[in-house]
Amino acid sequence: MSEALAIDVRDLTKSFGTRKVVDNFSIQVPRGQVWGFLGPNGSGKTTTIRMLCGLLVPDSGSGTCLGYDILRESAAIKRNVGYMTQKFSFYEDLSIRENLDFVARIYDVKDRRKVVDQAIEQLGLVRRQQQLAGTLSGGWKQRLALAACILHRPRLLLLDEPTAGVDPQARRDFWDEIHQLAAQGLTVLVSTHYMDEAERCDRIVYLAYGTVLARGTVAQVIGESGLHTWIVEGEDVRALAADMHNVPGIDQVSVFGVTLHVSGKDAAALERAIAPFRTRAGFKWQKATPSLEDVFIHLMAPFREQTS
Amino acid sequence: MFGISIARITAVFLKELIQMRRDRLTFGMIIGIPVIQLVLFGFAINSDPKHLPAALNVQDPSVYSRTLVRALENSGYFRIDHIISNEREAESLLAEGRVAFVVTVPPEFSRELARGDRPQILIEADASDPSAAANAIAAISQLPATVFNRDFTGALAPLRGTPPPFEVVVHRRYNPEGVSAFNVVPGLIGVILTMTMVLITALAVTREVERGTMENLLAMPLQPFEVMAGKILPYIFVGYIQVTVVIVAALLLFGVPMLGSYFDLSVALAAFIAANLAVGFTISTVASNQLQAMQMTFFFFLPSILLSGFMFPFRGMPDWAQWIGEVLPNTHFMRIVRGVMLKGNTLPQMFDDLWPLLAFMLAMMAIALMRYRRTLD
Ligand SMILES: Nc1ncnc2c1ncn2[C@@H]1O[C@H](COP(=O)(O)OP(=O)(O)OP(=O)(O)O)[C@@H](O)[C@H]1O
Ligand SMILES: [Mg+2]
Repeated sequence: MSEALAIDVRDLTKSFGTRKVVDNFSIQVPRGQVWGFLGPNGSGKTTTIRMLCGLLVPDSGSGTCLGYDILRESAAIKRNVGYMTQKFSFYEDLSIRENLDFVARIYDVKDRRKVVDQAIEQLGLVRRQQQLAGTLSGGWKQRLALAACILHRPRLLLLDEPTAGVDPQARRDFWDEIHQLAAQGLTVLVSTHYMDEAERCDRIVYLAYGTVLARGTVAQVIGESGLHTWIVEGEDVRALAADMHNVPGIDQVSVFGVTLHVSGKDAAALERAIAPFRTRAGFKWQKATPSLEDVFIHLMAPFREQTS
Repeated sequence: MFGISIARITAVFLKELIQMRRDRLTFGMIIGIPVIQLVLFGFAINSDPKHLPAALNVQDPSVYSRTLVRALENSGYFRIDHIISNEREAESLLAEGRVAFVVTVPPEFSRELARGDRPQILIEADASDPSAAANAIAAISQLPATVFNRDFTGALAPLRGTPPPFEVVVHRRYNPEGVSAFNVVPGLIGVILTMTMVLITALAVTREVERGTMENLLAMPLQPFEVMAGKILPYIFVGYIQVTVVIVAALLLFGVPMLGSYFDLSVALAAFIAANLAVGFTISTVASNQLQAMQMTFFFFLPSILLSGFMFPFRGMPDWAQWIGEVLPNTHFMRIVRGVMLKGNTLPQMFDDLWPLLAFMLAMMAIALMRYRRTLD
């Protein structure tokens, strides 16, 4: 366990048919960090994670996970990685306990019974342990899956949208646990669509159409986007938003209830563009740092125009 | 295979057991199919096979024995493959199923014939498949009246005509009354096992793909052999349960005898079941959903029922069909079961059919392991 980088891959490329789904993907994740993996649907997050744990063979590129070669030592990687699939992939016709027991046996976990007992207790499912996994609600399935994939004390966690459909309290608990595990040296790569979760990561990687568009800490990603945002507060921001559509200098307008985010790439141009609107009564204008979401939507803008 | 873990095989094994127990439909099928097929196939299917292999046990070589060979072959029902001269050899040829008939010309046949003592020719027929033997036996019974007429010249001329100069004595071996159920019911064991074993494994693996649990299974440190072993073992037990059902029914309902040993039968069973499970596993590596797995199972099942000697007497089939039949595990297993139950055959006598079974099993397992996906690609 001496390697400093838990994940060190370079130029991973994967195509399905003629479509390049992941294009020259490289990351270096230091041990003990929590990295967020973001990107719109179909951007290649799942595909990338699958290549990292040996479920898909990259067309080209190379690298290591936990020091093991991803092409040649996938057996060793599988023993030391916990992979949580995006779609629930434990056995619905097995009970909660039976599922955990199965996993524990596969990984040859020591003190199997005790470890499984503990996991069930931690999940808070002691009284429902005989319930079939298929009858659990979506959120509980996610929590069971997470419990199952950390059962064997992996050194690297690859989590594919682990909190999709999970309630806020459970999500918070989940993230607290992630950080606890990270403090003990566990490395985590977690894909998510939630901005608040992205903000709890040490680093984020933003993927779109198979290419990394941004990476770094949240502040870095926001800073490097070169985006400038004004927040408008007022009664009828919706009407204001409609008027500001297609105004040169304003790249992006989005409504958040009673506030409006108006963003543009060029600070001066943006200021000129909004000047006529600022004279309208009943609105409070304020310069602000763009949110991560503003940045991501901005990053996606060129692609949206391309495809539509 | 490197680093096989018993613990991991056990994990898969236990999981399969639990899933099987919870899957009522499959469980019903395991018990239901034998019962239904037993009822359906309790009736015999008749046919008229020709050119059955036969041995001539000549204890008195003479012009008559040569005429007899020609006459038997001309009848169309016999093909004299072996000319032998002792009882022991005849016995083993018959027991191993290498010939369907042994025709014995007793010592002193020509002398007694000339004296007008009406000697007997003994026909021993393997009647474990009665429909296969019936017409041939009928054809033989026509022989005595005329067969030697051309040989009876000069002083022997009076022997022509009635009463026939010799008698034919037919011994139906292994199934003296010619009960078709005796043939069909043991054969049914092979048919039922082929159907359910192949299908069950094919579905068990394809189900993982269809339900998305395959991704998890592949992400775990499981080797293909461990998955295969864990998935095949529970169904070997299932196979034994089915065989027990059929044998009990065979004994009680149809009064089929069990002359051999259950131990010998279970040895052959293990190989046969494993061979079929390997076929199922191979199918599951090709099929992308349970429907396809089902279709492919039937693709394998049909020749196993039609060309194995279950539906039609094996020797009545055209050569190409026999070649295909020889490859199929059910063909060999069927011979083994009939041999054990009806003839009391023991392991050494099964050898001719046991090794093709084992060879098929190993080949199929190798294909299954090679084809088993290690990634999602
Ligand atoms: N086995 C496959 N065969 C063909 N195309 C595939 C396959 N798996 C994924 N794709 C395609 O690759 C692209 C990337 O898919 P991927 O699942 O990696 O996206 P994602 O970023 O995880 O999306 P989401 O946020 O919706 O989970 C998609 O357009 C998908 O259609
Ligand atoms: Mg995904």
